[in-house]
Amino acid sequence: MREFLLGRLNAHALPHEWFTIGGTIGFILLPLLALAVLVRIKGWKWLWGEWLTSVDPKRIGIMYFIVAGFMLIRGGMDAIMIWLQQALTAGNAHGYLGATHGYLSADHFQQIFTAHGNIMVFFVAMGFIFGLINFIVPLQIGARDLASPFLNTLGFWLYVGGVVMVNMFFGIGGEYAATGWLAVAPLSETQFSPGVGVDYWIWSLQISGIGTTIGGINFIMTILKMRAPGMSLWKMPMFTWGSLCSMLMVVTVFPLLTATLFLIFFDRYLGMHFFTTNLGGNAMMYTNLIWMWGHPEVYILILPAFGVFSEVVATFSRKSIASYTSQVLGMIGVTVFALSVWLHHFFTMGAGADVNAFFGVMTMVIAIPTSVLVFGWIATMYKGRIRYTVPMLWFLGFIGIFTIGGMSGVLLAVPPADFQLHNSLFLVAHFHSTVIGGVLFGVFAGLNYWFPKFAGFRLNERIGRSAFWCWIVGFCLSFIPMYILGIMGATRRLDHYDASTGWQPFYILMLIGGLVIATGVALQVIQIIASVIQRRQLADFTGDPWDGRTLEWATISPPPSYNFAVIPNVTTRDAFQEFKERGGLPQAKYKDIRVPYNTASGIYIAAFAFAASFAFVWHIIWLAVAGILGVIICVIVRTFNDNIEYTLTAAEIENAERSRKKHILPKKTEEGEDMSLWEFIKIAVTWGLGFVGLKRRVHGS
Amino acid sequence: MSKNRKRRSPSSIVGRILAALSALALVVTLLLQGNNIALFNSKGMIAHEQRNLMILTVGILLAIAIPTLTLFFFTAWRYRESNSNASRASSNHHSRLLVPVIWFTPCVVAVALAMIMWPAAHRLDPKKSISADGKSLTIQVVSMRWKWLFIYPEQHIATVNFAQIPIHTPIHFELTADEAPMSSFWIPNLGGQLYSMTGHMNQLNLMGDMPGDYTGSSAEINGAGFSGMKFTTRVSSKDAFDAWVRGVSLSGNALDTAGYDRLLKPTQNNSHTFYWLSESDLYDKVLMKYMGHNDDMHMMNMGMH
Amino acid sequence: MEADHELGGHEAASDDRVGFGFWVYLMTDLLMFTVLFATFAVLRNNTFGGPTGRELFSLPAALSETLILLTSSFTAGLGMLAARRGSKNQVLTWFGVTYLLGIAFLALELREFTAFIHEGHTWHSNASLSSFFTLVGAHGLHITLGLLWMGITLVFIWVRGLDSHLIRKLTLLSLFWHFLDIVWIFIFTVVYLMAFV
Repeated sequence: MREFLLGRLNAHALPHEWFTIGGTIGFILLPLLALAVLVRIKGWKWLWGEWLTSVDPKRIGIMYFIVAGFMLIRGGMDAIMIWLQQALTAGNAHGYLGATHGYLSADHFQQIFTAHGNIMVFFVAMGFIFGLINFIVPLQIGARDLASPFLNTLGFWLYVGGVVMVNMFFGIGGEYAATGWLAVAPLSETQFSPGVGVDYWIWSLQISGIGTTIGGINFIMTILKMRAPGMSLWKMPMFTWGSLCSMLMVVTVFPLLTATLFLIFFDRYLGMHFFTTNLGGNAMMYTNLIWMWGHPEVYILILPAFGVFSEVVATFSRKSIASYTSQVLGMIGVTVFALSVWLHHFFTMGAGADVNAFFGVMTMVIAIPTSVLVFGWIATMYKGRIRYTVPMLWFLGFIGIFTIGGMSGVLLAVPPADFQLHNSLFLVAHFHSTVIGGVLFGVFAGLNYWFPKFAGFRLNERIGRSAFWCWIVGFCLSFIPMYILGIMGATRRLDHYDASTGWQPFYILMLIGGLVIATGVALQVIQIIASVIQRRQLADFTGDPWDGRTLEWATISPPPSYNFAVIPNVTTRDAFQEFKERGGLPQAKYKDIRVPYNTASGIYIAAFAFAASFAFVWHIIWLAVAGILGVIICVIVRTFNDNIEYTLTAAEIENAERSRKKHILPKKTEEGEDMSLWEFIKIAVTWGLGFVGLKRRVHGS
Repeated sequence: MSKNRKRRSPSSIVGRILAALSALALVVTLLLQGNNIALFNSKGMIAHEQRNLMILTVGILLAIAIPTLTLFFFTAWRYRESNSNASRASSNHHSRLLVPVIWFTPCVVAVALAMIMWPAAHRLDPKKSISADGKSLTIQVVSMRWKWLFIYPEQHIATVNFAQIPIHTPIHFELTADEAPMSSFWIPNLGGQLYSMTGHMNQLNLMGDMPGDYTGSSAEINGAGFSGMKFTTRVSSKDAFDAWVRGVSLSGNALDTAGYDRLLKPTQNNSHTFYWLSESDLYDKVLMKYMGHNDDMHMMNMGMH
Repeated sequence: MEADHELGGHEAASDDRVGFGFWVYLMTDLLMFTVLFATFAVLRNNTFGGPTGRELFSLPAALSETLILLTSSFTAGLGMLAARRGSKNQVLTWFGVTYLLGIAFLALELREFTAFIHEGHTWHSNASLSSFFTLVGAHGLHITLGLLWMGITLVFIWVRGLDSHLIRKLTLLSLFWHFLDIVWIFIFTVVYLMAFV
């Protein structure tokens, strides 16, 4: 009976080691506590009605940012733990906290870097990018919403389901996959990974992956079918192009991941033999399938970042992007060729020279459109009037670091060179250079650039600059030694190594670099807080703080729920720049618009899907059936519900616009410089002392 | 906003000092490591050629990257808003030369690299036997959890985590695995790596050209004992090799099926062990374990790897 | 030209969007099937000593399933024509026939599966059977979900009568049904026919 109810769950699954207890407190209890505090302050109705059930892509975008930011902290802490282990663990140095080497057992160390990789790729990078696309793309194309608001909220909550799954193992189960971020077979089969770790891996990726596919379909529908009249494809802004190309790749390759995850799930759950070592299984098939998804995935991440940089360079050089056609063709070229290079991830698996050489050459080919983009940015800056705001600084950092990453990638694409460099720290340095230097810096540039649009005030530039420099210095300290270690023959994922290799000084340098990066992240958090404190001084009253060129700057900051009171007619690229030169947006008649209701069906469907996934991990059949039935029923209820929109009349829109115009001019303008870090520290200390003092006064009296 | 930029803030000065110090620290540490840069410290013909190929590729890449980055940062500096000396664009039109140049230049580099890469990939194909004066030596390798078993079929000996090879002799490694996930057989001083997988036989050809002891490892994660899965390759003279083989054959340790099955059990950090081979077709038996009775395709593929 | 996202052209634009989105979804589903096909192609001979497809499959049964499914696509097409004409009874009739044919297909498939399992050829036996059961089973699962969708839609049509929303659902459903038919043609060819080559 107990087995029927609980499957393979037992008391041993509850946290009983220092890291599972710590993880439960830090990543399950603390967020729940923060949520409880929020509900206490603002009320549950506010949270539920304004945010959780919202179908407004601007709200959903902000929620993506918050979750992704939280996971960035978690992934970063994983990174520090990895560096710490590797810095401590040379040779026969004695172990701490019960470990033989360093302070982590080999198995635990392997779980940490697996979680680190999954979290950064699936939940941080994808989260931030989906947030940016949600908020900005409809504004850029002159639309009010995405094609399907329901699919948007569903996709978001499936993503959250994946996030919960990847944090939940701390509290129930105590282990994650220890196989590396892609859980290559046959290591991920039950024969070699008997615990629940790989099952948590499968389902956290499966749920969020399906959410991503749904989002991809939705964004494609939106960009292809909902652009403002007159905006042909060839007049779209670069960020929208990057998003379109990225989402086309999403719908092409995420189904491959979904299918592959099902196959490894069937092997583990139903005893099938797709990738097992025995009875005819073919583990090499897994490697091929997973990388057919895995390589396009990294281009899925980088193309929107390229789009962000194109916007930033154009705006802050006060010029339109040079050779728009080449830039777009470059992005399309990357999209097409991304599907033809996957084997370069396993040159060393033993395909013949012809196959290896072919994929090596295709990898060279894909470097061509990327270079075209870089030259295009140089041409944009040429004879421009460049302003060095924080987003522009992130762009400069990107060029430096991404170029190094790109070059190391081309070196890795030469099969005989790869035979020496595969799975070394050189490889790890390569992909961190491209993903951090490209994707993450792109996200940071985008967040700083569009923050005034999100919040109504811009971010503090001084602290932003300090954060940037910490990231650059920290990155160099962390990853230049890593390139060197790779050439010295250091393999990735080692939990200990001989002191005689001479690697330890470099690992220590890397740890210091990691701490500098952590300081940079702390400064970014401080930047946001300091900007909130100074928001009246930093306020954006015009909606166009940077003298932008594209349509999102044509709205007030933050935009009203319907984005544009009247959808503009577009005639050129850089539509907003054109309007400004002509003397402003044309005044048109207000019309009634259809607005979607908020809906909780996304939450319910995702909750049932999560329940079913949890049941699959722990072999609880009744819960799996209930979860699947729940999903099906909720989908039926939602799709057969015809009452999903209401009308916002022209009169209501006109009133909203009029009352908003009254408040556009500030009642009180404040002048002054952006707060410095020192000033922030003084404010924080004063507030802290006051908080404590206040309590003492209340109790004392 | 521009007011903030003019003044050198303390944090940016600290940042610059930090950056300079780190660069210095890196250079110093690097200089202390002369001997340990394995990929440049080639002790075998394959590693030597791979190293030269890497240096050539990096050279070509730098030849394009350095001018590009220089042009980039120069452009970024020259056309900053505060610089009134630079001429500014009057319209948004760009020179007609721009598009051909930005497409042509990367194409040229890509073609050059591809023309180097294609023959190199064939020349350095791991399957390709090395032609040299001496007779070649075949070593069959089985990766297990978490150790390497070396079988010398012609010498009828076997070793764990240790392989001795004669100098200037082409070595033909036949790699497979047993009851283990994929591993990657790698001796960085002698050449590149190749995967060892259950049910498959991969061929890796290497040669040692300088005497010494070189560390090998698994470059692919395969479980908890992954980091300890190291082995030593000793390159010695032909005479020393023959003497070593004789010594091992005369040792009391026999490796039969029972002994092999004991070895299969997961263990970590195994020390060097030496056996003489009492079952001469041990390796073939290992491969056959993973073949079905009518898996014709598989049998054919075996020879193709 | 005025923006037509406002009330006037809203319905038509919305239908167009949903239809397009559904096509994109069908493509993603096709890609998932592609993985299953590719896996089957690689693993079909990895029987590890067990029986091959030639020994197991019954071509007449597979042919019957094919003909049943092809006919059901035809009747679904007739049902769609009736829907365009606005004839509720004809819609119910033709899609009812489609439904029954779908049930017949599933019954035949289940009979094949249970026969194999009784003889001891399960998805545990070897990689070839794993990939067979997964590919054909995935298709059968899609048919089942399609029948569920069809059943509920028909009930709504019976109760509410034909309206534009339900016609739109029928359109998407018939797209789905035809898609599954095409996938089956490939399964019939690759799995069954090619086993006998």
